[in-house]
Amino acid sequence: MKPRHKRLLLVGVGLAGVAVAAVLVLNAFRSNLVFFFTPTQVAAKEAPAGTTFRVGGMVEKGSVERMEDGFTVRFRVTDTAKTIPVVYKGILPDLFREGKGVVAQGKLSADGVFMADQVLAKHDENYMPPEAAHAVEQAQKAQETVIRK
Amino acid sequence: MVPQKINWFKYSSPATFYFLAGKMIPWFAGAAVAFFAWGLYLGFFAAPTDAQQGEAYRIIFLHVPAAWMSMFIYVVMAGWAGLGLVLNTRLSSMMASALAPTGAMFTFLALWSGALWGKPTWGAYWVWDARLTSELILLFLYIGFMSLQATIEDPRRADRAGAVLALVGVVNVPIIYFSVRWWNTLHQGASVSLTQAPAMAAVMLQGMLVMALACWMYSIAVVLARVRCIILERERHSAWVAEFLEGERQ
Repeated sequence: MKPRHKRLLLVGVGLAGVAVAAVLVLNAFRSNLVFFFTPTQVAAKEAPAGTTFRVGGMVEKGSVERMEDGFTVRFRVTDTAKTIPVVYKGILPDLFREGKGVVAQGKLSADGVFMADQVLAKHDENYMPPEAAHAVEQAQKAQETVIRK
Repeated sequence: MVPQKINWFKYSSPATFYFLAGKMIPWFAGAAVAFFAWGLYLGFFAAPTDAQQGEAYRIIFLHVPAAWMSMFIYVVMAGWAGLGLVLNTRLSSMMASALAPTGAMFTFLALWSGALWGKPTWGAYWVWDARLTSELILLFLYIGFMSLQATIEDPRRADRAGAVLALVGVVNVPIIYFSVRWWNTLHQGASVSLTQAPAMAAVMLQGMLVMALACWMYSIAVVLARVRCIILERERHSAWVAEFLEGERQ
């Protein structure tokens, strides 16, 4: 074996070792690397109780209520299987919309309401002009009426 | 007909490559200017407003190419460093050193433009989700590579130490890329991938790809210019540099 081949082998084995180590570490950290919990996970008591954590999902359509004081908002976060009611005091991000993604950070109170101290909007990876978005919406509505019939 | 064998090792000689690089730089620099002009035109004038994000999405034309470059340059850098480690070719290690600052700049640009994009859309400049954190680690890897090489006096030893760090750090690149699929992140998934149809309007996609090409051309031009400086510095005691500088002086 030439020294050149020996070094190539060494680099190859080293890289493979590092890759295996990375896979093991990432697997071990899997649950800790989660940025947010879904309402289903919260319902299954997988989220940490008593400490701050984040809940992520979609803002349920028609669930957003603004309180009299002007900056308290109530809404429900859903992952279509479970929902969780959220109360938040503060300014919502511009992209906070019903039916769109959201991540709220806060604590779960004893009565199951999530008291958020930060609300972030999670937008999707689709980019299109407003006319196209309108067309997609129309198509979806048309499809829904067909299904209902 | 006997296929002609190209002697690749001819180009691995710093003396040959120095002049070859000098001839290539103007072409890549010119292409970079042209592509930037075209890409920015598409991004600011031709591309329509986004239905959800309005005008704020236009930062994508800088953000995504910068993020792509930050990951791609790291892989190329690690490749050159590994080649230098295995074959003991001086030029390979010089290429790795020349790539690092440009890669670090694109990483910083991706993080910075991402922060400016995150505030109006998500509502936060920074969150510790898997995508953002792993990209930040990439910046630290670049800085670590450059600092490590700067602290070791002997260039050959610096090359070897840097190569080991660069190769170990390469595991971070797939982590960055797949982070949005493996974990719940605030960062959205990929709009453009090799396996799916792109999730964006054609003009937007075109603008982004042209900007990515511009960043490629820019990177090649800048890295070639930088590697020329490194070659001159490291080969300053050799006969060809003395001869060349003598010729320049006259």
